[in-house]
Amino acid sequence: MSETAPQPVTAASNPPVQPIGSNLLPSDVVRISATKDVPQPDRQLTKVAKLIDVSKCIGCKACQSACIEWNDTRPEVETNVGVYENPHDLTPNMFTLMRFAEWVNPETDNLEWLIRKDGCMHCEDPGCLKACPAPGAIVQYSNGIVDFVKENCIGCGYCVTGCPFDIPRISKVDHKSYKCTLCSDRVAVGQGPACAKACPTQAIVFGTKDDMIAHANERIEDLKSRGYDNAGIYDPAGVGGTHVIYVLHHADKPSIYNDLPDDPRISPVVEGWKGVTKTAGLAVMGVAAVGAALHGIFSRGNRVDEQEEEAAERLVKADSRDQGGTV
Amino acid sequence: MARLYYSEKGDRIEDTHPVTVSRYRGITRANHWVTAISLILLLLSGLAFFDPSLYFLSGLFGGGQTARWLHPIIGVVLFVSFLGMFIQLWRLNLPRPEDTTWVSQIGDVVKGNEEKLPELGKYNAGQKFIFWAMTVLIVVLIVSGIMIWEQFFGELVSIPTRRWAVLTHALAAIAIILVFILHVYAAIWTRGTLRAMTRGTVTGGWAWRHHRKWLREVAGRRQNGPAE
Repeated sequence: MSETAPQPVTAASNPPVQPIGSNLLPSDVVRISATKDVPQPDRQLTKVAKLIDVSKCIGCKACQSACIEWNDTRPEVETNVGVYENPHDLTPNMFTLMRFAEWVNPETDNLEWLIRKDGCMHCEDPGCLKACPAPGAIVQYSNGIVDFVKENCIGCGYCVTGCPFDIPRISKVDHKSYKCTLCSDRVAVGQGPACAKACPTQAIVFGTKDDMIAHANERIEDLKSRGYDNAGIYDPAGVGGTHVIYVLHHADKPSIYNDLPDDPRISPVVEGWKGVTKTAGLAVMGVAAVGAALHGIFSRGNRVDEQEEEAAERLVKADSRDQGGTV
Repeated sequence: MARLYYSEKGDRIEDTHPVTVSRYRGITRANHWVTAISLILLLLSGLAFFDPSLYFLSGLFGGGQTARWLHPIIGVVLFVSFLGMFIQLWRLNLPRPEDTTWVSQIGDVVKGNEEKLPELGKYNAGQKFIFWAMTVLIVVLIVSGIMIWEQFFGELVSIPTRRWAVLTHALAAIAIILVFILHVYAAIWTRGTLRAMTRGTVTGGWAWRHHRKWLREVAGRRQNGPAE
């Protein structure tokens, strides 16, 4: 290994022919689940993003095939129930899924076929990572990739609870959580994600987040010139922006794309659970336990005295209860 | 047989000199300790998931994965064993008029001035509080716990419901730990209490001091019943 890989700026480049060192290092991690003090990385990687242009997607599922192939997963063969989604939902073996919606545009009365590639959005403020109780099971790199470290995963499902997009799936086989990695293992060696590489219409592209935003804006301009007045970018601020972003022809109505959340954010319930409940709960339990232990050691206790033993004896020996009551 | 107001059928005077009174049968004690051990194991494994600083507690169970699958199973064990205790104990834990007096004179309780307090049946209002608090919290914990039991009930409720369930579970767990601390503390502070759950008996003086109505009923039954 003579050199380390460059940071990838496109998914189109071909892989190097020489062995090449990883450029996504443990020291590039900025957040670690259930870990308070993460050392400040000595470098800041360029923020990356995958742009999914929904208006260019033809629903061919090459991205799904590429994802399965690269990640070497084996999604179960299911039965056809008359819908295009295959499999029917994200699974521990299917990290990305084309979701198909048939939507009648009330303004034009046209049927629009909205196809959205679903999968992890790689939030800047990841709800999964916030909810995770297992140290080191979820990490975030300084380039924005949120990755699950399966060795540390305990399969509790808290990431499912924390995720605003309903993405992680827990395997019934090894009881570990799975989702899109943004092909962190490819990015580490200078390659873009497999889905972006495979996409025949370049509806999926990959690069630095700045480049992707610029590209998205070009696409939006084009869409607006063709009558999609509400075309826009989906990079939701509620989760600090995401590293998977969409171009939507109807960006004013994300929910028509198979319930893409209009304004995703980490639920206040999750924030309350991981915030004040934890801090106040620990404090209250700690004070109660220590207080009880100290008082238990130093107090004399509530003791029974000799007269009371004698009184009981008289009561029990007495002929009747009435007599026994008068001492 | 006369109706029992303050005692269980099995409660009886075991010895007269010195007086010892049987308070809990062997099966009740065994069941209590199943519940107690389950609660402690649940507390340790649950706290491991509650805060990263306590995650090391999962090591007691052989790691996070094991603690994760074991925790809810112990929860079911606790639920079943507590249900057994509930069926045995609920009747004598119903509120009584003297409980109001007892609570209003809580200062005398804390100071140990028990001669100023009303005579009580098998349980005082504090014990009754612990009983009902445990009952309510265990029901809340088992219901919310099943909702977040990923391994078998991952699909049971929607994700928003699951968020409420996990928060409720954490709050109820904090509450039950506080009740548990109070329960253990009170059992130790009130000297002579622990043996009721180990040997099953208490001294006559203990019964006279803390649960005189109970003692009277148990003693009266002995005299009114058939010859020894």
